[in-house]
Amino acid sequence: MSDWKRICGLEDILPLGSRVVRHPKGDIAVFRTAGNEVFALHDKCPHKGGPLSQGIVHGRKVTCPLHGWNIELDSGQAVAPDAGSCGRFEIRVEGGDIYLKD
Amino acid sequence: MKKPRLVMVGNGMAGVRTIEELLKIAPDQYEIAIFGAEPHPNYNRILLSPVLAGEMTVQEIILNDLSWYGQNGIRLHTGKKVVKIDRVKRQVIADDGTVEEYDRLLLATGSTPFILPIPGNDLPGVIGYRDIKDTDEMIDAARRYRHAVVIGGGLLGLEAANGLKLRGMDVTVVHLGPWLLERQLDEVAGRMLQKSLEDRGLKFLLQKQTEMLVQGETAENSGRVAAVRFKDGMQIPADLVVMAAGIRPNTALAESAGIHCNRGIVVNDTLQTYDPKIYAVGECVNHRGTAYGLVAPLFEQAKVCANHLAHYGIGRYTGSVTSTKLKVTGIDLFSAGDFMGGKDTEEIVLNDAAGGVYKKLVIKDNRLVGGVLYGDTVDGAWYFQLLREGKDIHDIRDHLLFGQSSVGDVGHQGQNKAAQMADSAEVCGCNGVTKGTIVKAIKEKGLFTLDEVKKHTKAASSCGSCAGLVEQILASTIGGAYTPAKSQKKPVCACTDHSHQEVRDTIRAQHLTSIPAVIAFMEWRTPDGCEKCRPALNYYLISTWPHEALDDPQSRFINERAHANIQKDGTYSVVPRMWGGLTTPNELRAIADAAEKYRVPTVKVTGGQRIDLLGVKKADLPLIWADLNKAGLVSGHAYGKSIRTVKTCVGAEHCRFGTQKAMDMGVKLERMLFDMWSPHKVKLAVSGCPRNCAEAGIKDVGVIGVDSGYEIYVAGNGGIKTEVAEFLSKVKDDEEVKEYSGAFLQLYREEGFYLERTVHYVQRVGLDYVKSKVVEDEDSRKALYARLLDALKDARDPWAERVEGEQKREFEAIEI
Repeated sequence: MSDWKRICGLEDILPLGSRVVRHPKGDIAVFRTAGNEVFALHDKCPHKGGPLSQGIVHGRKVTCPLHGWNIELDSGQAVAPDAGSCGRFEIRVEGGDIYLKD
Repeated sequence: MKKPRLVMVGNGMAGVRTIEELLKIAPDQYEIAIFGAEPHPNYNRILLSPVLAGEMTVQEIILNDLSWYGQNGIRLHTGKKVVKIDRVKRQVIADDGTVEEYDRLLLATGSTPFILPIPGNDLPGVIGYRDIKDTDEMIDAARRYRHAVVIGGGLLGLEAANGLKLRGMDVTVVHLGPWLLERQLDEVAGRMLQKSLEDRGLKFLLQKQTEMLVQGETAENSGRVAAVRFKDGMQIPADLVVMAAGIRPNTALAESAGIHCNRGIVVNDTLQTYDPKIYAVGECVNHRGTAYGLVAPLFEQAKVCANHLAHYGIGRYTGSVTSTKLKVTGIDLFSAGDFMGGKDTEEIVLNDAAGGVYKKLVIKDNRLVGGVLYGDTVDGAWYFQLLREGKDIHDIRDHLLFGQSSVGDVGHQGQNKAAQMADSAEVCGCNGVTKGTIVKAIKEKGLFTLDEVKKHTKAASSCGSCAGLVEQILASTIGGAYTPAKSQKKPVCACTDHSHQEVRDTIRAQHLTSIPAVIAFMEWRTPDGCEKCRPALNYYLISTWPHEALDDPQSRFINERAHANIQKDGTYSVVPRMWGGLTTPNELRAIADAAEKYRVPTVKVTGGQRIDLLGVKKADLPLIWADLNKAGLVSGHAYGKSIRTVKTCVGAEHCRFGTQKAMDMGVKLERMLFDMWSPHKVKLAVSGCPRNCAEAGIKDVGVIGVDSGYEIYVAGNGGIKTEVAEFLSKVKDDEEVKEYSGAFLQLYREEGFYLERTVHYVQRVGLDYVKSKVVEDEDSRKALYARLLDALKDARDPWAERVEGEQKREFEAIEI
């Protein structure tokens, strides 16, 4: 359990919003859905590297702000017919806090 | 709980399209089984003619291969003919004894060619033209025999005749009517078509009645058909007879189960038969007295039927207007609607017999109701759109016959040479998509609509200016199967079937003030919309119920949320407002200081007379705003669907030609409109004299000073497609400029569709309508103006708001 790190409270991310976590491996985008699920993806669209954290969150998807690719938050896969995938990070919510696996 | 079972009888285009539509909206609702009498998966029957002509292969026309059925968990029974429906036990039984039980049954049994009731119609070598087997038989006959007779000069007959001719046969077309394609063409066009087909070596016998088919007696054709004899005694040799004299809906199965049929299985507007558990779609159906044989209406039926099967309860099928294209390479003809006309219609005709071009448009009450094009059909899709939308063509009547390009619709959109374009020609400049790529995707993936092409190729999915061209490529590639999008009825996005107009109307009528309320009331298919509908809904709510509906930043594109423009590397550009394009040494100093402090790599002057600071990191945005705020600078809204800029010339303040104080007028307008959100961006300009140095002629609102006051122009556009603004009114002073401009913009704000520029809004509703609300009716103008001022009464700088509000956290990265 020691490798789970608290990053912020659930309330620090607005519903259908996101935050950026600075990480040695590159920025991580943390998303919160309307149903209070939390997902973490590499903050880089598989298309042209757009910052997914800046996109609109809907359902379990985020739309990249640069060229409108839709990425599945749970799998990191681009929604067909686009093809590509985005690195995922393990994340969980416990007691109103969000933990990222380092 | 077990899923209800849906069984479909028939594995053709209309039926499978219904299943596809159903899977799209309710993927897990049913356990599905499909029976197909043919041994093939679903294929594109329309393209059998190119297969016969040797232009395509059977493999190329498969729409859903076997793996599609597997992936969607559908049990497929090919090569099995359903022979019985037991409505009491709710079972269907196939000829090999296979039984499937159903909770809902979908009949999509299609049609069969009508075989003339004449002696010899059952001889070997006599076939209908319907499926892959028939096509194979024709190809085989073409290898071994010489004389072919096609009975029926309709679309299918001519395509069959053309294909057989290309395969080397000597082909005669026998037709009962006075000219070819009499259901699609008038006499002039029919004769022109006949001539060009004769030039290709086809022979025609018109107004001929077939009496019997004669059996062969020689060694090589013994037992097989050998000749066709007519009522007038004439006889011609025939080793192959293709019956293409019409189709009959396949109703035998339905009738045997006691379902009401009358020249087709009778269905209501939700495609249900008299047994409400049993639906029917496609060519086997009789809807309001019409059985359709073209694919576009069948796809409309499929959509409605799928909606109903998914328990959505919305959507009714009310019948279709159809258009026709003949798929004979090198022959261009198009017809739609009431092309014959009558005593209460007018006709516009162009007839160039030598040039092989004939165009006839039929008009009733200033609306296009039908037309025939021969030889030059590039405008077919456009006419069909005008016809379906019932658009008033009074203003363009003089040019109507000369096509879309002649009504000033130039640039990308009017590029209506789709058919002649080379495959390597770039269609979509934003995404670098060529015509060849689009045509390939249409053929390989079986695409039928603009939306599908957008999804698969990305063409027309960015700026959208090539959408018209893509539609034309679709039309010229798949002909009659193409379903033009009805622009007024286009759903907002895939989350709903409702159009922008319906959403706007409902928000107003039901007094809806939040996105969740709209999504619940209008039964969206998704829990919280998508990136396309949420920004539109947010705008409709705040523009319809100002001060009452709360803005939802999460439903805004990042630029409007971060109040800056995102750049390709993820940094932002910051543009402070300079009212009317004016600035001061103090402001410039503050901008210079900020640029240095935040290491802004690029500083640029914009087209709207502002200064753009490019390359600012998101985390620095609140800091740079705070610095700029201190010098009195506020957000320039250079990022929003909002008031952007009011550009001015020097005007009477300094210019020796100036007649009015353009800078002063510009500042007044910009102050009035500050923080105004709109369907799309809004740009204004004020020039002090008709020399028009501020380029007011290409702005959403352009104001030009003259000696006696101002002229106001609206709905110009300098972007993708340059559009010159149209004259709205002459006014006498500054106060009137504000009132007229404000009223026009408020009308646009209240009625425009999201992402519709003023030019497209005015094209949609008509300039006369705009004038009636803004110029001619003083009460209406004053009321609009008052509503605009009221909506903007508590406008405030969004920079200052963001720095303080709960949104500010989004600008801070989390460090771990």
